[in-house]
Amino acid sequence: MSTRSVGAPVQRREDPRLVRGDGRYLDDLGHDALAAAFVRSPHAHARIVDIDVTGAIDVDGVVAVWTWEDLQATGTAADPLPMLLPHPSIEHPVTTYALARERVHHVGQAIVMVVARDRYVAEDAAQRVRVHYDVLPAVVGVEAARAAEHLVHEEAPGNVGAYFEQHLGDAPGRIAAAPHVLELDLDIERSACMPMEGKGILARWDAEEHRLKVHASTQTSTGLRAALAAKLGLSLSAVEVVAPDVGGGFGVKINHPWPEDVAVAAAAMRLRATVKWVEDRREHFISSAHERQQLQHVRVGFDDDGRILGLEVQLWHDHGAYLPYGVIVPLNTATHIPGPYRMRNFSVTFTSLYTNTVIVTPYRGAGRPQAAYLMERTMDAVARTLGKDRAQVRAVNFVQPEEMPWDLGMVLQDGRMGVYDSGDFPASLDKLKALVGWDDFEAYRAQARAEGRQVGIGMACYVEGTGAGPYEGGHIEIETGGRVNVSTGLTTQGQGHQTVFAQIVADELGVKVEDVHVTTGDTRRMAYSVGTWGSRGAVMSGNALLLTARKVKERALQIAADALEANPDDLEIVDGIVQVKGAPTTQIPLPMVAVLANPLRYAFDETARAATQFGGKVDESKPPVADAEHPGLEDSEFFSPVRTTFANGMHAAVVETDPDTAEITVLRYCVVHDCGPMLNPMIVEGQVHGGVAQGIGGALYERLAYDGDGQLLNASFMDFLMPFATEVPHIETDHLETPSPLNPLGIKGAGEAGTIPTSAAIAAAVEDAEGIPITRMPISPTDLWRLRREHAADHHPEEK
Amino acid sequence: MKPAPFVYHAPADVQETLELLAELGPEAKVLAGGQSLVPVLNMRLASPAHLVDINRVAGLDEVTVEPGGVRVGALVRHAHLLSHSAARTAQPLLRQALRWVAHPVIRNRGTTVGSIVHADPAGEMPAVLALTDGHVLLRSVHGDREVPASSFFVGPMECCATADELAVEAVFGRFPPGTRTGFSEIARRHGDYALAGVALALRLGDDGSVTSARASFVSLTEVPDVLDLTDAVAGATAADLPGLAGRVEEVVGGHVDPVDDIHASADYRRHLAVVQTHRLLDRLTAGEDADGTVRLPDAPTDQEVTA
Repeated sequence: MSTRSVGAPVQRREDPRLVRGDGRYLDDLGHDALAAAFVRSPHAHARIVDIDVTGAIDVDGVVAVWTWEDLQATGTAADPLPMLLPHPSIEHPVTTYALARERVHHVGQAIVMVVARDRYVAEDAAQRVRVHYDVLPAVVGVEAARAAEHLVHEEAPGNVGAYFEQHLGDAPGRIAAAPHVLELDLDIERSACMPMEGKGILARWDAEEHRLKVHASTQTSTGLRAALAAKLGLSLSAVEVVAPDVGGGFGVKINHPWPEDVAVAAAAMRLRATVKWVEDRREHFISSAHERQQLQHVRVGFDDDGRILGLEVQLWHDHGAYLPYGVIVPLNTATHIPGPYRMRNFSVTFTSLYTNTVIVTPYRGAGRPQAAYLMERTMDAVARTLGKDRAQVRAVNFVQPEEMPWDLGMVLQDGRMGVYDSGDFPASLDKLKALVGWDDFEAYRAQARAEGRQVGIGMACYVEGTGAGPYEGGHIEIETGGRVNVSTGLTTQGQGHQTVFAQIVADELGVKVEDVHVTTGDTRRMAYSVGTWGSRGAVMSGNALLLTARKVKERALQIAADALEANPDDLEIVDGIVQVKGAPTTQIPLPMVAVLANPLRYAFDETARAATQFGGKVDESKPPVADAEHPGLEDSEFFSPVRTTFANGMHAAVVETDPDTAEITVLRYCVVHDCGPMLNPMIVEGQVHGGVAQGIGGALYERLAYDGDGQLLNASFMDFLMPFATEVPHIETDHLETPSPLNPLGIKGAGEAGTIPTSAAIAAAVEDAEGIPITRMPISPTDLWRLRREHAADHHPEEK
Repeated sequence: MKPAPFVYHAPADVQETLELLAELGPEAKVLAGGQSLVPVLNMRLASPAHLVDINRVAGLDEVTVEPGGVRVGALVRHAHLLSHSAARTAQPLLRQALRWVAHPVIRNRGTTVGSIVHADPAGEMPAVLALTDGHVLLRSVHGDREVPASSFFVGPMECCATADELAVEAVFGRFPPGTRTGFSEIARRHGDYALAGVALALRLGDDGSVTSARASFVSLTEVPDVLDLTDAVAGATAADLPGLAGRVEEVVGGHVDPVDDIHASADYRRHLAVVQTHRLLDRLTAGEDADGTVRLPDAPTDQEVTA
C-alpha cells in the first residue's frame, strides 16, 4: 500500500503560489475591463426625491450612468432581489433592489451605478451625481426596533421580520417548580467577517457565444450562476461563474446575488462589454453584511447540583435593513442553545427585527456564538449562585457518550431534526481541564495576587451542527498522462481544499498527492453544488470525492483486470500502478488504464501506442463501450447525508486585567476540539487558530459603532479594531476524535469551531478576574473601567 | 477609494519646491511620507488640485546632532530617527516615543516632520517637540521662520505653516545632563493611536528629590501644551510620591481635556493620563542605574523585536 496521507499534516499545496503573490484574485483579472462605481446613500433612511446624473454623464471616459429605471430593460433585474431562504417564521420578507427604488434603508445602499473607463473616472463621475433626499427617521439598534416608534418598512409592523418559537417539554412548569430560578439579560454587539479581499465581480458578455462569463469573489458560484440567469433572463446554459482565488469569505460571500452582482452583470450584457466592480473597504463596511447583534433574556430553573430543570429564552435579533438570507442566524442561535447539555424542558422564541443598518447574514459561527454566549453565561451564573465549580455544574448537565445518538428534539435550520451523532463531552472536559490546569488555577491566582496582578479563568462549551446537506458532488478524471483532475463545485476561500481533497483522492485511488489537481467553484467543471458555508466543505465535498474516487477506482481495477487477465479483487493501486497483490511485477500503469478506458482509434502518444499490447481478445458480440458505461476513466458521484453531523468543543481562557487601567490581556487560550478523525491536523489547527483570533476580535476589540442616525462611525480599519498578531495569544490545542456515523470518512466540520465560544469564554474569565457580572460583549478597557465604577458605587454608595 | 484628479509635481530641490508652493498656494499639498495624506486622498476627504512630492528633493533627509538640539530634515523617516544612535543619546525621548509611532512599515515611510506638520493631537512627535522646547523651521520664497513648538500648533490637525511654506526641519531640544525622560502610551492594539499618552521629563536634586517635572500629552489635549508639574511634586522623593497622588491627579486632570469617542470615554482617558503620569513619576524617581543612565520605562519588548 501507498503511505496514507489522510491524517497526516500535509503541507498546504496552495501556499507556495499564494504567498509568492502568484494568486489570481478578482482584481488581478480583467485589466482592460470597464469599471463600475456606485453612488451610495449617505442617509440611513430616506425617500429619494430626485436623481440628477447630468454632471456624471459629462465626465470624459464615462460609459453609462444607471439608476433603477435603467435595470428595467434587462430580465427581472429591476425586481426586488430574491429572498433566498424562505422560512415559515418569516412574516414580512423585504429585500432590496439592485439599485435603490424610491427609498433607501441604510447608509451605503447602492443608488446609482457609474460605468467608466477605469475606477478613477467612475468615482469622479459618481461624485458628480446629485441625489435629493427627503430624510426619514432612522431605526438603529434592537431597542429602537422593538419600540417601533418609527418603522423601517411600512409593510413590516413593529419592525418585525420574523417571529419563531419552539417548545420542548414544559419549561415554564419545570421552572416554577425548581428550587432555584435565575433571570439574566444579555447583550452581544455586531461584528463582521472582514475578509482581506472584499466582494467583487467581473462580468464579460461574450457576444460571439452569447454567453455571460463571470468571475466572482463568492462562496457559491453555482448559486450566483442560477441567480444571475434568473435576474438577467438568460438560460442557465448561457451563464458560467468561476470563483478565482478568493481572499477570505467567513460567511459574507454566501449571500447572493448582491445588488452589485446584478447591476454589473446587466451592464456587461447591455453594453456588450466586460465590466468589473471590486468592493473597497469602506463599501465593505457599509454595504455588505454584519452579524451577531442580539438582546437575550434567560429564565432558568435548576436544582442544588446545578442541574438545569427548565430553560426559557427570548431573543431579539437585529437583522438590518433587509432579509435576503432569511433567518438562518437567529434559527441557529435558537437551536444551538442546548449545547452539550441535556435540555428536555426548553422554550425559545426569537423576534427578528428590521433596523436601518447594514443587513445581517452569517458570519463564521452564524448565530452559534450567540447561543454559546447565552448558555455558557447562564451556566456560570448558575454556578455562581450555588457557589459551585463552573466545570462541575457543566458536567452534571452533560449528555453522556452512551446516550448518543442524542435526539435534540428540535428542528434545525436545514429543516431536519437535530440529533447529536457523536461526541464524548466528559472526556473533552477532562482534556480541557488538564490542558489549562483548571484545578490548579487558585494557586496561580494567589501567586498573581501576591504580585499585585489580577487574573481570571473561564470556560465555554459548544456543540455545532456542521456539514449540512443537501449535497455536494465530485468529479474525477484520470488523464492518459497520469494527471488526476478533481473537481468539486463548492468554492475555496483559504481552507486548504487543494490539499485536503487531494489527500482523500490520492489515498483512495492509490496515487501520489502531487498528481492530484483540485478545482473548486467553477460551474464549467461542476454545475451542481450548494456552496461553502456552515463548516461543510470537508464533510460534504470530502465525502463526495471519496465516493467518486471509489467509483473511479472500481472501474480502473475492472479495466486493468481485463487487461491483465486477473480478478479485480486481486488488484491494488500503488503510486499510480495497478498491480496484482503479492505479485507486483504483473502490473499496468494507471495512465495506460486511462487509455484503455477510452477506446479511441488514434495512438496519439506513447502511452496510447503502448496500450495496444493490452488489446486482448475482442468480444465481437459487444460494443467497444459497454452498456451503462462511458469512455474515459472519469466519473461523478454525489454525497447527501441524512442529517447534520455535530462537532463540539470546549475552550478556556485565562485573562489578566490591569487594576489601574482596566486593560484586558488574554494570557492563555486553550481549545479542545472534536471534529472526528482529522484529515489534516495542521489544517484543523489552522482553522481553530484563525477562528479563535476572530473570536478574540469579537470579544475584546470589534464592534460596529452606529450612531443614532444610522451612521457607521468606524467604517475603516483605523477604527474597526481587528486584533493584530500582537493581540492574539499562543493558542494551545488538544483534540478528541469521536467519529461520526453519518458519513464514510467519519468526519465533522471544523471551520467555525474556533469562533463560537470565544466571547463566552473571555466574558467568563473577565468576570472571574473582576468579580463583576459581565453581561454585555464585546468588552473594552473603557467599558470595564466604567463597570468597575458602577459596581463600586452599587456596593459602596457612600463613595458615589 | 481612488483619489480625485490632481496635478503631480516632483521638484528636485528646495528652491523649486518653494516656487511651486508660492505659485500654487492653498491648492497644493506637500507629499512626504504620505502615511496620513494618501488615505485622506483615497477616501476623498481632501481633494487638493496639486500634489508637490518632495521625495526627490536633495538635502532633506539628514539627522544632525548639535549642542543646541537634534535637527531632523523633512524627509527623515521615523525609522531612520529611531535607529539614529547619536540622536537618541542626545535626546532619549526621541527613541522612547518613536517606538510607539504606529507600526514598522509605517515608520519606514512616514516622516517625523510630516507628523509634526499634520498636528494630530494623537501624534507622538508633536508632544515630544513641545516637551523638548523644540521648533520648526519654515521656509518660503520670502525667507525663513523659526517657530517654537509653543506657537507652532494652532489646533487639532492645524499648524501655523502657511500654504507657501515648507517645513524643512524640526529641531528637538536637548535636556540638561541628568534629566530623566520617559514616554508611556496606552492604545487599544499595539501600534494604534493612543487612547492616552504621556511624555515626562524629570530632574532630581543631589538628595534625590524632584527639582523639576514637565509633561506633555498625546490624545489628551488639542495641542501639545506642556504641563509644568514641578509645583505639585517639587522636593518629593520616590517614597513621597504616593502621598502626592491627589495633587498630581488634580493638576494632570485639570490640564488634559480629552473627548469621548467610540474607543474610550473622556473620563477614562483622563484617568489613563493620571495613571500613566504616576507610573512615569514612580519609575523616573526610582529608576537610575549605577552608571548614571536612566532605566527607561520602555515599550514592551515585543515592540523592540518588530522595530
